[in-house]
Amino acid sequence: MSGPSTYEPKTGFERWLDTRLPIIRMAHDTALDFPTPKNLNYWWTFGGILAVCLVVQIISGVILAMHYVPNADLAFNSVQRIMRDVNYGWMIRYIHANGASMFFLAVYIHIARGMYYGSYKAPREVLWILGCVIYLLMMATGFMGYVLPWGQMSFYGAVVITNLFSAFDGIIPGLGTAITTWLWGGFAVDNATLNRFFSLHYLLPFMIAGVVGLHIWALHVPGNNNPTGVEVRSKEDTVPFHPYYTVKDGFAIGAFMILFAWFVFFAPEALGHADNYVPANPLATPAHIVPEWYFLPFYAILRAIPDKLLGVLAMFGSIGLLFVLPWLDTSKVKSMRYRPTARWFFLIFIAATLGLGWCGGKLPDDVVIAVGRDETGAATGFTVVWLSRILAVYYYAYFLLVLPLLGLTEKTLPLPDGISSPVLSKGGAAVPAGATASPEKKG
Amino acid sequence: MLTLRKAFAGFAAGLTVMTAGAALAATHGEHMRETKFSFEGPLGKFDRGALQRGYKVYAEVCSSCHSMNLVYFRNLAQKGGPFYDEKHPNPNNSPYAKALAAGVMVPDIDQETGDPITRAGTPADHFKAPFPNEAAARASNGGALPPDLSVIAMAREGGAHYIYSLLTGYHEPPKGLRVPTGQHYNPYMAGDLASYWDGPKDKVPAGGLIAMPPQLTPDRVTFDDGVKATPDQMAHDVATFLAWAAEPKAEERKQTGLAVMIYLIIFTGLLYASYRRIWKNVAH
Repeated sequence: MSGPSTYEPKTGFERWLDTRLPIIRMAHDTALDFPTPKNLNYWWTFGGILAVCLVVQIISGVILAMHYVPNADLAFNSVQRIMRDVNYGWMIRYIHANGASMFFLAVYIHIARGMYYGSYKAPREVLWILGCVIYLLMMATGFMGYVLPWGQMSFYGAVVITNLFSAFDGIIPGLGTAITTWLWGGFAVDNATLNRFFSLHYLLPFMIAGVVGLHIWALHVPGNNNPTGVEVRSKEDTVPFHPYYTVKDGFAIGAFMILFAWFVFFAPEALGHADNYVPANPLATPAHIVPEWYFLPFYAILRAIPDKLLGVLAMFGSIGLLFVLPWLDTSKVKSMRYRPTARWFFLIFIAATLGLGWCGGKLPDDVVIAVGRDETGAATGFTVVWLSRILAVYYYAYFLLVLPLLGLTEKTLPLPDGISSPVLSKGGAAVPAGATASPEKKG
Repeated sequence: MLTLRKAFAGFAAGLTVMTAGAALAATHGEHMRETKFSFEGPLGKFDRGALQRGYKVYAEVCSSCHSMNLVYFRNLAQKGGPFYDEKHPNPNNSPYAKALAAGVMVPDIDQETGDPITRAGTPADHFKAPFPNEAAARASNGGALPPDLSVIAMAREGGAHYIYSLLTGYHEPPKGLRVPTGQHYNPYMAGDLASYWDGPKDKVPAGGLIAMPPQLTPDRVTFDDGVKATPDQMAHDVATFLAWAAEPKAEERKQTGLAVMIYLIIFTGLLYASYRRIWKNVAH
C-alpha cells in the first residue's frame, strides 16, 4: 500500500499461497512492517483501543443474543434471566452495556485528536469521512441497543428519538408521520419496533466492521498523520508498526481495560439510569427522559431551539458539519501545535461540547445562575436552555466562522523541517534558521 | 495539547466526583436517611444474618401485596444467597430452599384433568404472587398497583437507601397538606405535592403521596436470631434483602473484579516495561 511490499514468503506453503491469495503479504504489510511515524503520542493509541472495543462489543453482543428474547412481553425478563441464571451472564451484559460507553468515550477522544492535529486535511479527507460514517453507525447502533432491554428509559428513548422524524411534517405535510409509522412498523413504538431494532442492532456492527476496514485502508494509503502535522519525509522518520506500535498500543489498551473493568465490576450502573429497571409501560411516562451520556450534547442542541423542525435540523447539522470539516478549515498548517490562536478556539470548543453535554442532562428550565425568586420561591435567572443556546452557537461558529476565517488570517508558528528534527531537539520551536518550512508547499 | 497524563488525572478526578455524585443523588425528595450497608463499596459483602431476617420481613409483611416474580426459592440457597450452605452446592437440593418453598401453596394445573389447583412449592418455583393479575392487585389496593419488588433496589435512585428511608420515613403530614383518603404522606416518595398544598407557595413539602400505609410497626415479625424487630432494624434488613434480590450476583461480581483488576494491572505493567525496552533506542 505505502511503498513496495517487503514480504518474503519463507515456506513452500507461503509461496504457494502468495501466488494465489496474497493474504499473508497483506497482513505483513499492513500490520507488521507498515512504516509509522515515530513521534506518535498516546492520543494516537485510541484507534487500536477502538478496534478492541468493536471486537468486545461484537463478541459480547453475539453471546447476549443467544439468550435475549426480542419480544415486547418477554424482553425485560429475558435480560433479567441473563443477569441471574446465565453463567457469567451478568458479566457479559455489564461488559456490553458499559462497553458501549467505553466505545463512545474512546471515539470522542479519537475524533478530538483528529481535530486538534488536523488529521482530516489533505490527503486524508476520505479517511476522515469514513470515520464520520463509523461514528454515525455507532450512534444508530448504540441507540437501538439501549432500546432492547425494554425498560422505561428504553421505551421512552425510542419514542422521543423516532418522533424526531415527525418534524418533517413541517416540510411536506404527512412526510414525517409516514416516516415514523414506517420506522415503528405500526402506529406506536411496540413489538414490531423492538423486533426491527434488534435485527438492525445485530446488523449494524458488521457494517461498522466493514467501514473500519475501509478506514484502515484509507489510513494506509497516505499513512498516519503525526503530532507535528508534517508529512513523513524519509525512512528515518518512521518505525515499523510491529513491534513499536503493537507494544505501545498494547500498553494503552491495557490501561484502558483497567478503566473499563472498573466500571464493569465496581460501578456497572454508574452510567445507567434507574428507570430502565422498570419494565416499559406505554401508559406511564417517566418524569425526566434523558438519553445515554454520549448523546447528551446533541440532545441539548435539539432542545435549545423552540421550533421542532429547526431543532432536529440543528441536531443533525451538528454531526453533518463533521463530514465537511476538511473543507471548512482553510489553514494549511495541520497541527494546532503550530496554531496558537486556533488552539484556544479548539479548547473552548471542547469545553462548549462538554457544557452542552451537561445541559443535556439537566431540565431546560433548571437555573444555572440564580438571579431572583418567583412567587413559589423557586429560583429564577439564567436557565439551562439559554446556556445551551450560547454553547450551541459557539459549536456552530467554531465550524462555520472560526475555522474558515482563522486559517486565512492567523499567524502560525514555524513548522519543523521534518518529523525527526523536533524529535532530536526535544521541542519543536528550535528549528535551524532558514529551514522554516513553507506550509503551503505541504500536502 | 495537554498531556495524556494530565488528562487522565482530570478524568480520575471527574470519576471520583461522578461516583460521589451518584451516591448522593437522592432524588427530588428529602435527603436519604443516614445509614450504612455492609454491601456498599467495591469489596462490600451482604450480611448473611440481615439477608435471612430481610427475607422473613418480605415473606411475612411485604409479600401480602408485593410480588417478586423474578426470584425463585432456589435463589435463596444459591451461592451468595441468604440460606446458602456449602454442604448443598446445588440450591435445588438444599433442604432450606425445599422447606421454605414447601411452606407456600403455589398455583398449578392438574396434569390429569387440566383443572387449576394449588400445590406445595418447590425450589424451582418463583415467589408466589399475592394477586393473580394487575386488575386484582389494583382492586385490592384502592386502585394502586404494588410494584413487583424483584429489581426494586435497582429501579429506584438511591437503591437500598431509598427503600430504608421510605419504609421508616412516614410521619404526620405537615399542616396545610391535604392527604386524600387511602393515601399517605411520605417525604421520600417521588411526587409533586403542590396541588395538595394550602400553605405558602414557597414551602411546598418535599416528597409525595403513597398508597401503602406504614407497615413496619415494632415487633411486626419475630426474628429467629433474637434480634429485636424495631422498625429501623426491619427496614434495614429488608432493604438488604431487596438489594441482594435485585442483583444476586453482586458479590460474585466484586470478587471477580478484584482478580481481574490485579491481573490487568500486572499485565499492563509488563506491557509498559516492554514498551520502554523496545523504544529504548528510538529518539521520539
